[in-house]
Order: sequence, then structure tokens, then C-alpha cells
Amino acid sequence: MSNWVDVCASNEIDEEDVIRFDHEGRTFAVYRSPDDSYHATDGLCTHEKVHLADGLVMDDIIECPKHNGRFNYKTGEAKGAPVCVNLGTYPVKVDGGRVLIQVG
Amino acid sequence: MDDRGIVIVGAGEAGVRAAFALREKGYEGSVTLIGDEPHLPYERPPLSKPVSEAEAVRAIVAGERFAETGIAFKRGQRVAALRPSEHQLVLEDGEALGYRRLLLATGATPRQLPIMSACGVLASDRIHVLRTVEHAAAIRRYMGEGKRIGIIGGGFIGLELAAMGRMLGAAVTLIEVQPRVLMRGVPEKLALALQVRHAAEGVELICGVAINAISADSDSVVVTLGDARRIEADILVVGIGAQPNTALAAEAGLAIENGIAVDAQLRTSDPDIFAAGDCCSFPVAIYGARRVRLESWRNAQEQGSLAAANMRGAGEMFVGIPWFWSDQYDLTLQVAGLADGAVREVARSLSPGAEILFHLDGEGRLIAASGLGPGGAVARDIRLAEMLIAKAAKPDPGALADPAVKLKSLL
Repeated sequence: MSNWVDVCASNEIDEEDVIRFDHEGRTFAVYRSPDDSYHATDGLCTHEKVHLADGLVMDDIIECPKHNGRFNYKTGEAKGAPVCVNLGTYPVKVDGGRVLIQVG
Repeated sequence: MDDRGIVIVGAGEAGVRAAFALREKGYEGSVTLIGDEPHLPYERPPLSKPVSEAEAVRAIVAGERFAETGIAFKRGQRVAALRPSEHQLVLEDGEALGYRRLLLATGATPRQLPIMSACGVLASDRIHVLRTVEHAAAIRRYMGEGKRIGIIGGGFIGLELAAMGRMLGAAVTLIEVQPRVLMRGVPEKLALALQVRHAAEGVELICGVAINAISADSDSVVVTLGDARRIEADILVVGIGAQPNTALAAEAGLAIENGIAVDAQLRTSDPDIFAAGDCCSFPVAIYGARRVRLESWRNAQEQGSLAAANMRGAGEMFVGIPWFWSDQYDLTLQVAGLADGAVREVARSLSPGAEILFHLDGEGRLIAASGLGPGGAVARDIRLAEMLIAKAAKPDPGALADPAVKLKSLL
């Protein structure tokens, strides 16, 4: 049930940054916010299959590297054209200095 | 109360974005979108990318969104005349449409080679330009094993088609009359890196030669070069740029200056008519109000959105930085800003095969950045560079060159 997967050490993601995490054929984006919380979303933009981890994190927003579509990575909400489909989000916890996500 | 609403001519990226932006921003008056193609609006960038044929036609919006949002979409219709003094358009079928505000998003048309008419050959089943889904489908028929594709023009369209042809197994010869590809807007170092990659992929790249003649029959096309070489192919694609579609605006008496001339709010010389996207030229504030015309996806998006706001009186200035990308093989090229006027180039190496060049003017101001690398390797730093350009920043060249210094820290 609780399918927690180890991603990386918590200090391997800089503040206000994102990394790509691939697991069993799926790809995720894992974020560390400026207020030092951790978050995870689907790894690919919902507009065109582009890795969000190559994009820019500013505050709560991840911006797609190709078309500048913006999402709130804490909620997955698409913030307007060209993206209109929200990102899936996944539970994240930090345990013993490791970041884990629940991929369901 | 004036019940005439907003009419948009052109159902490409800019026109469609404007129509939906009007609704998103709460405009409740009538919106009419007129497109001359018979299809639902589609995205043009995939037409020159090696995706599957089904994926190559991607709708900008689902068809039902027009009815849901109350946008009247007239497809397959051309506008015959524009009468600004009467606030009226006349369609080819004779229907007259009044408008309160009008947006011209008429796009651009690929240039033809003068030599073609001189040689008595016209665009045929074997000679194509690329702008529409029909063009893309015709070209795609020749993108396979055992086929020979000739391409004239080493710009984005030509180079992307060369990559697509090789990835799908065709033999590709690309002819560029300039000494190198991408002479306009891309620094030599990155253009040459792309040339090396194309050569390694098996593209026969011929630069710096004149084209003396083109002939075509039902079986093949032959291009005769200035050095008397003959290039024979099953299909020839001409990708030598595009000219803005200004006829409607010009006949209506609007100011034209390398495109429909608009001000920083995207307003034409008629206060109730706006223009956006490939068809218009506009002043870029950060480059001393220099007038440019851009043919890029993002520019069309941003200007469509801004024109929608300004047609309702928002009075906002267009502050976008020129920005474009090109995908070839696994490489992506991204350029932000205009590099002409740069006196210094600073290179930052991001990873093997991924590099960014920063272009600085005489006062040390960052005016452009160009990056080339696999996948999204350069995207984030180009985006940050764009933000630095917008701020007219004068970053320390040493910091720009040092990959250990985060560009974000320079903002």
C-alpha cells in the first residue's frame, strides 16, 4: 500500500530547485521550495512531453522549459495558456535525511 | 452601446490565443475568429519535427471549446476587404462583418525562389514550401528509406527537415547560398556545431554556392549549382524565409513597415485595429525601440494575449524578449534576445555538448544569449538569461563564464 520510494538525499536538491526522478518506467519531478518543503509532480509537462526538471523554479511555480507553461508544483495546478491540464502530485516525506515519494 | 464586437482575422497561434484570452479575461461581447484554412487551428512547430504523422497535427484547442466559450469560428474563409472607416470587413462570399475592434493575425507566407519562376518551375508535387499541414503531409511522403530530399535554405525549417529526413531514413542534401547555415540570428560557433552534427548524421551540406537552375519533371527535381554540380532529388523543399501577409492591411491604408506596423501596445495606424504575431513589426523597448518582426511560436502567443487585453483598453506595453527554439536530432537550440550590436561573447560550458554564449554590448549589458545542447540542457539558463536581459543587467563576465555560479544569483 504505502509504496514509498527513495529519491535522493535531502541536500541533493537545492532550495528553489527541481530534479528529475525516474522510477519503473515513470518519470517524476521532485522539488524543494524556497521555504524548504519538498514536493513531487508528474515529470512531464501536460502540454507537450517535455521534462519539467529542465525548467525554472520560481517561488511555488515550475515553468516548462519549452513553452513556458506554468504550474504550481505544490498543487499541480496549471496556471494558464499554453497549459490547461493540471499535473499529478505525489506525497513526499523526508526521513533520516532522505527524500521519499509515494508513487501509488 | 455599440453591439459590434471583436473580430480576429487569422486562426493561427496569435489569433486563437487572442480569442480565448478575451474570454479568460471576462470579455462577454461577441468574438469572431476567421481562418482561411479548412481545419481546426493547429500548432505549426510539430510540422517540421520527426514525430509520428498523427502527432504532427496537434490542435491548439479542442473543437468544442469554441461553442463552449461562445467564440464564432469561421473556417475556410478569406477576407476580401477591410474598410476601417466603416469598421467593417467583407468576406470572400460577400458577407459583411462589423467590428468595434479588429485584430489582424494574418501570419506570413513562405518565400519562393526567384529562380523558380525564371526557370519556369512552380511549386508542384515535387517542389514544396512548408507552412501548412498539407505541405507537411506532401513532404512527409518522401521522408523514408530510399528517398532523396533536396532542401534549399539552411534556416530552422531547412535544418529541422534535414534532421527529420535523416531520422526517417531518407538521403538529404541541403543547399545554403550563404557561407554557413543560420546566418541570421545564430552565432557562428553554434551554427558550425550544428553543421558538424548534420554532417555526422549523413546530411550532404553544401554552403556558399549559387543556384543556377532548377528543373522538375514527373520523376525528379534537379538543382544545378554555380559550380555546375547537379543535385537530383525526389522532392525539393524551399525554406528561405517568409514574408508577412500585409495585403489586406495595405489595401485598407494601414501603415506597413516590414509587416503591419504597430506601436508598443500592438495598435496599428488605425486606433481600432491591432496586429499580432508573424504579420506585424513592433518596437522593442530594450533595444532602443528598434522595430523588429518575429516569426516565432512564443511571440505569437504573447502578442495574441496582449492584443486581447489592449483591444479592451488595458493599455499595456509589449515587453517580451525575442526568444525562439529549434529541435534537431536530440539537440535543442534556444536564443533569447537580439545579438547584433554585441561586442563581446562569453561562453559557459554546462555539460559535455551543452554550451551557452552570452552576448554583451559595449557597456557590458547582456543583450542576448544563445544555447545549444541535448534535450532541455540549456533551457533553464537561457530562461534566466532572458530575465537578465529584460532587466538590462550588466553581469560580471567572470560569473557568466563560471558554471559553478548560479545564474539565478545574478538576478
